[in-house]
Amino acid sequence: MAEKMELKEVEVWDGNYAASQALRQAQVDVVSAYPITPSTPIVENYGAYVANGYVDGEFVMVESEHAAMSGCVGAAAAGGRVATATSSQGFALMVEVLYQASGMRLPIVMTVVNRALASPLNVRGDHGDMYLGRDSGWVQIDAFNAQEAYDLTLCAFKIGEDMRVRLPVMMHQDGFLTSHTAQNVHPLSDDEAYKFVGDYKPYEEMLDFTKPVTYGAQTEEDWHYEHKARQHKALMESKDVIDEVFAEFKKLTGREYKRVESYMMDDAEVAIVALGTTVETARVAAEQLREEGIKAGVVAPRCFRPFPFDEIRDALENTKAIAVLDRSAPMGAMGALFNEVSAALYTTPNRPLVTNFIYGLGGRDFSVEEAKRIFKEQKAHADAGHITTPIQQFSGVRGPKLGFFETKRGN
Amino acid sequence: MAITNIKNLKEFSTANERFEGAHLLCPGCAHSMIVRELMNATDDNLVIASNTGCLEVSTAVYPYTSWDTSWIHIGFENAATAVSGAEAMYKARKRKGTLKDPDAPVKFVAFGGDGSTYDIGFQWLSGAVERGHDFTYICLDNENYANTGGQRSSATPIGAHTSTAQAGRVSYGKKEKKKDLVAIMAAHGAPYVAQLAPNKWKIMAKGFQKALETEGPCFINTVSACTTEWKFDPKDTIHITDLATDTLMFPIYEIINGHELNILYRPKNIIPVEEYLAAQGRYKHLFKPENRHVIEQIQKEINEKWEYLQRREEARV
Repeated sequence: MAEKMELKEVEVWDGNYAASQALRQAQVDVVSAYPITPSTPIVENYGAYVANGYVDGEFVMVESEHAAMSGCVGAAAAGGRVATATSSQGFALMVEVLYQASGMRLPIVMTVVNRALASPLNVRGDHGDMYLGRDSGWVQIDAFNAQEAYDLTLCAFKIGEDMRVRLPVMMHQDGFLTSHTAQNVHPLSDDEAYKFVGDYKPYEEMLDFTKPVTYGAQTEEDWHYEHKARQHKALMESKDVIDEVFAEFKKLTGREYKRVESYMMDDAEVAIVALGTTVETARVAAEQLREEGIKAGVVAPRCFRPFPFDEIRDALENTKAIAVLDRSAPMGAMGALFNEVSAALYTTPNRPLVTNFIYGLGGRDFSVEEAKRIFKEQKAHADAGHITTPIQQFSGVRGPKLGFFETKRGN
Repeated sequence: MAITNIKNLKEFSTANERFEGAHLLCPGCAHSMIVRELMNATDDNLVIASNTGCLEVSTAVYPYTSWDTSWIHIGFENAATAVSGAEAMYKARKRKGTLKDPDAPVKFVAFGGDGSTYDIGFQWLSGAVERGHDFTYICLDNENYANTGGQRSSATPIGAHTSTAQAGRVSYGKKEKKKDLVAIMAAHGAPYVAQLAPNKWKIMAKGFQKALETEGPCFINTVSACTTEWKFDPKDTIHITDLATDTLMFPIYEIINGHELNILYRPKNIIPVEEYLAAQGRYKHLFKPENRHVIEQIQKEINEKWEYLQRREEARV
């Protein structure tokens, strides 16, 4: 039996440590991992828990991230709780196996400490890796600070392992800004946390020899499509389980999570939509602008996949102008979040004005002042009744001002 | 039925049903013989992982499966890692008492073709062996990417024609020598490494048993004659394999703990390699006068390798 850890009512943890404590409290059976900045401390800490008897699991340090996820798939198919962590290039190297993990419906939990993708090489936080995973068939949940990284990692096991879901879950947090910033975190006791997550329920496991299973079969045009359609359906329907798990977590802790987090949106005229730590920056900016009489609000998809289309639409439909912030190089198109938010808003009668800001690539700072400037620009669009700038702009980049894509409305 | 109780080939061929006869491998493919020999070598429960390749695509086409045991396929390169993960989970669950049948003996096995073993999955294999997982990796070495239509791999011998190392007006086929993977795996310090062939089925079964019984990572390279890409009549699979072992093109030996080398089969009459080459379409261009030198080179290298193996065995180092 693993030793228990006495935790204080309030601990000072960074996002990495918070995530690793959640892995320990969930008593993960196998961590198969490869180190990469900035996620490395998560698996180092798990290794320390194993070495000191705080967890009974197996720590498999493999020779690449591709192997890390391959080991996770083999371990999960053998019927136990599995977790890992990665970032950036490591995430990119794993991509092949991410699709295989979700296709085999294996509830692995992986923390992705978001970091830019090379080239040029960069260790700082942006969402290039998160976006790379968006078609991989995983549930993707985003934590904006260390407390959320802890809380939502516990929730992630419960969501992925639910018999109605049985899908892998990515837990995102921003590289360095969350992963390496120590903050106050209110943990659960070991017993409370484990009781919340629950025992792992093996399903179609390779170690039950009374019922042999074949994992990773071949399907061509006769069956592949049905498998993928059902997988999409399962991912879509996971939203109900996510809501249930969040509700149960609120009952236990008082801390409330929603698939879309709305802040001061009841009467908002202008809004920012963003992911990660930027959400908190935008909230501060909105508060300050409210004092200046601008009705600003912030909407954040807590759940990136399944994409909360209806909830995004409902949260934003009564605003006049919206800036959607994408922390990922769009490379020849609109930002991905912009596209998805715009698609949701296109179905509303009022169709608010939506612009796209690319920002913060490779860890470039995003300030409250810049968020306020963006809000004010939205206010100008709202007052004019149409978008007065290019639809896509680059925030905080040096050199000539960049703008792409034009609106036909209001001209 | 355990192999120790099996008296003859007929009994052997019907002894184990964990690998069904209904599969899509080519008639005359040696892969299924080797898989059956593995299955026959143990009564223990098996967790098997396969790399992408002929064996995998021919045995698990949904909604069918040829495997009446736990089986997983992830990708082209990572069967060794899939089985590593499963083995780690077995250890964790055994310790925690969450296995359904905690006392049942379990063996972990990975299969890969030579493309996935010598080339694309080499790193995954090396990592799994270095980590010391308790498993046996079996390479079904047919010396080419047969599943994708016969391209060269680093296991393809010099002089062989493949679709990506073609014999032509000014080319004698593959220019490079075969990678010595057995030596490389022995150099990992794996407790048991061997090269085996299905025509010598008793030796092969014993080798498999030794690997399964050895704690830690074991690697076995098996010659798997490929009727389609080596270009011989499907009925001649064992005949071709006999030529492979008796010309010493494919010597049968084991290496224990990275150094103790034992030759497991010594042909009574060593056959000139020309006979082996002449029996296969992939080498037919070597018999043109301008390519004869390649046959001489192959024979010379076989002789040198055999001399080396014998001296290594004798030296006991």
